[in-house]
Amino acid sequence: MVDRTIENFDCGHRACGGCGASSAVRMILKGTGGNTIVVSPTGCLEVFSTPYPETAWKIPWIHSLFENASAVASGIEAALKKQGRLGEEKVLVIGGDGATVDIGMLCLSGAFERGHDFTYICYDNEAYMNTGIQRSGATPYDADTTTSPSGTCSYGNNRPKKDLPQILAAHGSPYVATTSMAYPMDLMKKVEKAMNTPGSCYIQVHTPCCTGWGFDGAKTMVIGRMAVECGLWPCYDIVDGKLASAKKIKRVPVDEYLKAQKRFRHLFKPTRNEAELAKIQAIADANAAKYGIDIE
Amino acid sequence: MPLGIGCTARPGLSKNNKTGSWRVFYPTLDKTKCTKCGTCQLICPEGCISQLPDKSYEIDLDFCKGCGMCAEECPDKVKAITMHKEEK
Amino acid sequence: MTLQIMEGSIAVAETVRLCRPQVISAYPITPQTHIVEGLASIVADGRLDAEYICVDSEFSALSCCIGASAAGSRVYSATTSQGLALMGEVVFNAAGMRLPIVMSIANRAIGAPLSIWNDQQDSIMMRDSGWLQFYAEDNQEAVDLHILAYKICEDHDILLPAFVCFDGFILSHVFEPVDIPSSDEVDKFLGPFAPYQRLDVKDPISFGMYATPEYYLEFRYEHDLAVYRAADAVSRYGKAFGEMFGRDYAALVEGYKLEDADVAIVAMGSICGTTKDAIDEMRAEGKRVGLLKIRCFRPFPSTDIAKALAHVNTIAVLDKNVSLGAKGAVAIEVKEACYGSCIPVYDYILGLGGRDVCKQDIKKIVELAEKGTGDMFYGLREELL
Repeated sequence: MVDRTIENFDCGHRACGGCGASSAVRMILKGTGGNTIVVSPTGCLEVFSTPYPETAWKIPWIHSLFENASAVASGIEAALKKQGRLGEEKVLVIGGDGATVDIGMLCLSGAFERGHDFTYICYDNEAYMNTGIQRSGATPYDADTTTSPSGTCSYGNNRPKKDLPQILAAHGSPYVATTSMAYPMDLMKKVEKAMNTPGSCYIQVHTPCCTGWGFDGAKTMVIGRMAVECGLWPCYDIVDGKLASAKKIKRVPVDEYLKAQKRFRHLFKPTRNEAELAKIQAIADANAAKYGIDIE
Repeated sequence: MPLGIGCTARPGLSKNNKTGSWRVFYPTLDKTKCTKCGTCQLICPEGCISQLPDKSYEIDLDFCKGCGMCAEECPDKVKAITMHKEEK
Repeated sequence: MTLQIMEGSIAVAETVRLCRPQVISAYPITPQTHIVEGLASIVADGRLDAEYICVDSEFSALSCCIGASAAGSRVYSATTSQGLALMGEVVFNAAGMRLPIVMSIANRAIGAPLSIWNDQQDSIMMRDSGWLQFYAEDNQEAVDLHILAYKICEDHDILLPAFVCFDGFILSHVFEPVDIPSSDEVDKFLGPFAPYQRLDVKDPISFGMYATPEYYLEFRYEHDLAVYRAADAVSRYGKAFGEMFGRDYAALVEGYKLEDADVAIVAMGSICGTTKDAIDEMRAEGKRVGLLKIRCFRPFPSTDIAKALAHVNTIAVLDKNVSLGAKGAVAIEVKEACYGSCIPVYDYILGLGGRDVCKQDIKKIVELAEKGTGDMFYGLREELL
């Protein structure tokens, strides 16, 4: 049961003001219930919540390395199973997009192929924020990052986001979902569903990053909603390999969402880059067609 | 305090770090306008908004970083939270 | 004691069964495969109640062990060579997290060039990782050191992981008579795993936090002290092992005909067997040669080594590894141990990538050492150079 009164993440952590990830983590832990062991790979969340000895975690938590959270979770699950604790205690990974879609891919794929009983939640802020906003495989098309800068010969990141939810659905995962921290009820409901589905489940949570994307921290939820409303971040779930539901929206053009963030500023200044904006709009259109999110 | 073997620690110590000192703007909550919807409490990245026994909400300025998400998300018809510049 | 003729890897697998790990996580790599195949069969036949995780890589193998150990289970893994190199980051991490993981290393060379054959470059490469390192001369020692390793590692005063190294193919694939202890005896010696701390919703801890400059130095210092403390634990539990099983491992180094030796050979692993045979023959010819076998390389028993070698005239170190651009790792550390003694220490890099080392080679090395020729690759095929 989602319990909004549960607080398993303490004040005093060092996230930026207006951090989408820390807001999401609080919501996630309301969806998981208290009997959860959390694994975090290296990343923003790990660093802002656990400088020794000032941990923000009130539930068991472990960090080992950047790329092995899924394997650590596999080992915890196996041990709990052998000790007769699995079920009473659940295993959850919360990791950033770099740790998930890039460097942690081997361990993640292995764990999902083996079908360990745990949930993996990726908080997707679309770049390596902890190290200073470098491009990851989850960085969207044309986003300016410190390693995919826009310039006279560049419009920013030249590849679309890696579609990890579909990759993990193809592993035979019983439950794969996307959601956004801007939709707390949807997020908490999906977390609860994943935690109560046996097997390896995956949720990718869109978590706007005011520092990395370039917007006022007060607007984190606003930006999150704009991403969903323009179709660049479709919220759906896949049960046993089949699309089960997708959040329907009255879709708006991508322009306003992009304009609100410094990482896309080069598409509007000095002049509107119609060709590139059309390509991004096409990504949103393809998402809409693929997941059927448009309200007719 | 001896080191926790394996770099371990018990819960509770992050509260030693009073992040309220980071603040540039501070929120005030007008309890006469508040409808107790709980949105601010749910979304606050710090988790520093708590509900009191009388169901009203309180912001802990020891930890509030002043991001303003609560004021922004307080429903348009309510707008019980406003942000003000810190004067130090 | 009942001796059984069995392959080294199977003897190790049967011994691991007796240690009752709850989680085994390993990835196949030559020449470690027979151990993990053996354990897979043991689990499949219900002879050991364990979760056997067939992982995607060595990196995941040791990472799974970290999770399972932190959750409070006794764990086991095995690897070698490239596999150990791949899991390198996890090796350091497991030690820093102070998890009592036992891992077999069927020692093998490191590429390039690719070589599946034996030397000890792989485990030596990890000498600074904060793991304990034990080297077996024969399969009986390999068997015994696994049991002993769990006992030492799980001591709450130690809390460290350990490599039990035994030479790939030379031991892992060789059939020898071994005494596999009884299940009751091993249970009595080891007892059930009693974790110092574990991930548990009833008593939450944060595990593996990061350390700022205010704390990091002290964490490393404490880790270093624990590795040093393990020397006492080896002596204490090695003696207790001897009392229960009849084979005493109280000593971290072991002399063979060393008391009156003029020339001392220092070596680790299976090469010690060959060396002992060569010494017997040299002794018959009147040459006073002895061996100092290093069984425990981490912690490095400097004082024991200095004491054992104090009376000799010449020291010849056999290194199945090389720190390129410097010397072999064992020689470097033996020199450090003997600093101030004025005894010459000569290093011989040999047997790399499975090159055979025979009794004749040991005799030639003694001759070279007596002549003061050393610090060299031994046994090079000059026609290839």
